[in-house]
Amino acid sequence: MPLERSKNSTIYFDNAATSWPKPAAMIAAMIAYNEQIGGSPGRSGHHRSLDAGRIILETREALAELCGCGNSLRIAFTKNATEALNIALSGVLNPGDHVIASAMEHNSVMRPLRYLEAQGVQISVVPCSGAGSLDPEDVRRVIGPRTRLLVVTHASNVTGTIQPLTALGKIARDYGILFCVDAAQTAGALPINVDEMAIDLLAFTGHKSLCGPQGTGGLYVRKGLEKQLRPLMTGGTGSRSEFEEQPDFMPDKYESGTPNTIGLAGLGAGARFVLAEGVEAIRGKEEGLTARFLAGLAALPGVTVYGPPDAASRTAVVSFNIAGVAPSAAALGLDERFGILCRPGLHCAPAAHRTMGTFPQGTIRFGFGYFNKDEEITLALEAIGSLAGDGAPH
Amino acid sequence: MEEQRYVVFLFPSVSYALKAEKILKAAGIVHKLIPVPRHISSDCGVCLRITEAKEQDVAGALRGKVAWDKVVLL
Ligand SMILES: Cc1ncc(COP(=O)(O)O)c(C=O)c1O
Repeated sequence: MPLERSKNSTIYFDNAATSWPKPAAMIAAMIAYNEQIGGSPGRSGHHRSLDAGRIILETREALAELCGCGNSLRIAFTKNATEALNIALSGVLNPGDHVIASAMEHNSVMRPLRYLEAQGVQISVVPCSGAGSLDPEDVRRVIGPRTRLLVVTHASNVTGTIQPLTALGKIARDYGILFCVDAAQTAGALPINVDEMAIDLLAFTGHKSLCGPQGTGGLYVRKGLEKQLRPLMTGGTGSRSEFEEQPDFMPDKYESGTPNTIGLAGLGAGARFVLAEGVEAIRGKEEGLTARFLAGLAALPGVTVYGPPDAASRTAVVSFNIAGVAPSAAALGLDERFGILCRPGLHCAPAAHRTMGTFPQGTIRFGFGYFNKDEEITLALEAIGSLAGDGAPH
Repeated sequence: MEEQRYVVFLFPSVSYALKAEKILKAAGIVHKLIPVPRHISSDCGVCLRITEAKEQDVAGALRGKVAWDKVVLL
């Protein structure tokens, strides 16, 4: 019998939804902002307002370093990846335009696209392999004269499958198509370089591998593209206050209203934590945990694993099913009996589950993070083995 | 004694001014962030004040890194 849940022990394997725990420096930065600064950035000009602005600048600079963009002012902050993707998609696509997406997209891409489709935007969803991988040649085949944008998730939130961004970016560049990447699952977890990958629009979220708080995210916009990219909202920016028209420059064009300064203080500290540890080191640790888990699952009868067979082709995300046990029942059992927290179901990505053949029942998803330990993987494998034993026909 | 003359660099927004401040700090160029003087612009933001003699140094340090709108003699 594996260890049943002891009172205080929780194993947090829901990092693909939101990361936990957070670095102590992230929490300290948020407290310090509230206790010692508290001003509104970019608004008043007194020294506390400027200090608030400096915090946001430092956060921008850390993000710019993490995505390989030379100028931090090319990043606009948003409340999450969803908002950034909505700006990107509804900002460039017009009725009559054609857009290409992969069949592994999250609903934060699919729903804006379906909404735009109703307004006359034409959509091609390119099928992926059963493991969730997008073949760049399949993208090339659907490019037409009206194709304006290619949007792809860097890594699936369901299977962790990493898409070949460099090859995709090259195709987009060759055909003069804009390339938008959803980096919600990868910013802070995998190396990203917007220039080498020819990315025009990069959406990220702060609360996953960037180790920041919820309510933070952003959009990188390639130089000059802001002239063609409509904002989602307009309003006060602190700049050009004498004009009633929205500023047309980065990042103000997309940053209307008082920002989430306390959140951005935390995001800055989270991103600096990632930079200090090193994305490569974080990736190495997470890949090791994933490889250990995949090897363990392979030895369990009655367990089906989805996505690429190896840890190197995926982020630290593993979707699986246990024969005879519904994903929701498995997740409940893992939580109540073993204190293991994960996410069952469709993970806001029905297209991805259709690709894997797991629609509509879904899967159990484990998402590992930098703070997880080998022992936790061992305990989880014992727990899954126990549930699989319960589910097996007697 | 001749009075010290200053110029101000005006930026699209405070984000730009603070980025410029960071660059000048790193370059060791003396500067001061001040509210944009009312007679120059009705913008409510801040600008970077430096001595007139430093104008070319500052422009050189900022060029290609952060855009500014104009330079005005105070
Ligand atoms: C692949 C992917 N895209 C987009 C999102 C949306 O991120 P957020 O909820 O922070 O907007 C998520 C996570 O929820 C995701 O996993």
